[in-house]
Amino acid sequence: MSEKKKFERPVIKKVQTGMTNKFGTRTEFDPITHIDKVPVKELIEKHGSPLYVVSEQTIRSTYQDLYRAFSTRYPKVQMAWSYKTNYLDAVCRVFHQEGSWAEVVSGFEYDKALANGISGEHIIFNGPDKDEAALEKAITKKSLIHIDHFDELYSIIEIANELNITARVAIRINMDTGIFPQWTRFGFNYDNGEAWEVINRIMLQEKLELIGLHAHIGTYIMSALPYGVAASKLANLAASVEKKFGHNVKYIDLGGGFASKNTLKGAYLSGTDTCPSFDEYAEAITSALVRSEIKPEHLPMLILETGRALIDDAGYILGSVIANKRMPDGKRSMIIDVGVNFLFTSFWYEHKITPAQSFSHHTEDTIIYGPLCMNIDIIREHITLPPLKRGDHVVISRIGAYNMTQWMQFINLRPSIVMIDMDGKAHVIRENETLNTVKQNERIPEHLTDINKK
Amino acid sequence: MQIKKNIAVSDSGFVFDPTSGESYTLNTVGVEIINLLKAGLHEDEIKHKILEEYEVSASAYDKSFIDFVAMLKNYELVEYAD
Ligand SMILES: Cc1ncc(COP(=O)(O)O)c(C=O)c1O
Repeated sequence: MSEKKKFERPVIKKVQTGMTNKFGTRTEFDPITHIDKVPVKELIEKHGSPLYVVSEQTIRSTYQDLYRAFSTRYPKVQMAWSYKTNYLDAVCRVFHQEGSWAEVVSGFEYDKALANGISGEHIIFNGPDKDEAALEKAITKKSLIHIDHFDELYSIIEIANELNITARVAIRINMDTGIFPQWTRFGFNYDNGEAWEVINRIMLQEKLELIGLHAHIGTYIMSALPYGVAASKLANLAASVEKKFGHNVKYIDLGGGFASKNTLKGAYLSGTDTCPSFDEYAEAITSALVRSEIKPEHLPMLILETGRALIDDAGYILGSVIANKRMPDGKRSMIIDVGVNFLFTSFWYEHKITPAQSFSHHTEDTIIYGPLCMNIDIIREHITLPPLKRGDHVVISRIGAYNMTQWMQFINLRPSIVMIDMDGKAHVIRENETLNTVKQNERIPEHLTDINKK
Repeated sequence: MQIKKNIAVSDSGFVFDPTSGESYTLNTVGVEIINLLKAGLHEDEIKHKILEEYEVSASAYDKSFIDFVAMLKNYELVEYAD
């Protein structure tokens, strides 16, 4: 018998005339069969579905692009990897090998950075929640403590005096940079003079060294201009400190917030078309610093805590089709094994979802549901996809930021994470969870050991 | 169930419904099934033909056929003989 033809689900689709396609772009029609030369099919066969995949190659090249954009414009540039964005040890270590310090926002993250071999002096300790024990450790280890509020300032003064060690501190500063929302809940306000007042108090303290000034103006900032404003305001403060106290801050830290190339929900244009390039951000920041009142010989080091823009592109989640369904209104829906518990960024982004195998050019508008028995579990409300059948695979791209830290063990166990190294070899960097992972921390009271006894 | 008489189907998979003025596109298997339906073949005969010609299991075919017919109904391209 001659070989049979490849079957594809029969599809009929209404021709929409005079309407631009708002459901996706043509690029989603090319399959992604490999990640860094490793077949998707093989990854799933070996490690299961769903599966997170991290590309070491992409991390390094993205980092180098960002670093180049700034270091070609400014003499002293230092990156500090934002742990909360993705604190898998393997990921952090790639950034550390590239030269990143660590930026942490809790005692837990602080210890993780130490365990990754970062010395205390190269840990930036941010955030509103630093308890006494964590502060004591950070002061002792000479870490860069970014003060968020007055309560913290006074705790540091007390501990530093008690320990008789000079604490190296900076302050987090919030301000109007012309964007909405203003993140005024963190740090001290620039525009009403609060930041200057705090600086004055710090300068009077013998056991505090004002080592830097910090701002993190928000996240996914789609314009470079606000960074120029923020850089000028911090530079103004640095210049005032130089003038009044003859003291030069060692660095200005502009935090994170650069947009990744993901497309925001409801956005008309794709993120790849609308986001500023690293060069545009770099130009805005460095020219503001260079033009400032700070004396050229005292230009401070520029620190960046870029998170999502450095790691989003390097992360993928691979999934499989569980079922196709036809909604009562005729709309096609597809259930995949990736839920919002593993991809919480689907609340903000229209993630790029691509079949992992070849298909015909026929497509249908589809809603993609996750596998959770929960109404909120929607991965994409509208996407144009070719017919896929149960067991087919999909690749969800640009998910490296926040998903591997804000994921939830909920209804399902969390899957494995693999990293593909520079030579195309896949390494498991976090094992998939088992029933025991969940049960090991549970304790059963004596009277509940036997469920047949009451 | 049959495809409405006045529905035009081209070989390339273009469907035109003169009643509504709407047009539709079909993929290869879709064209084949709609033509067989138009030719008046019974569901079982169509299934037999497709299974012979394509690499597909009976259950996978059944699921896709149910879905396809649901779409034809949704677009009001079929009618039921009384
Ligand atoms: C203080 C600080 N720095 C850096 C980051 C990283 O931000 P992003 O991922 O937007 O670059 C954050 C994230 O919220 C942050 O709070």
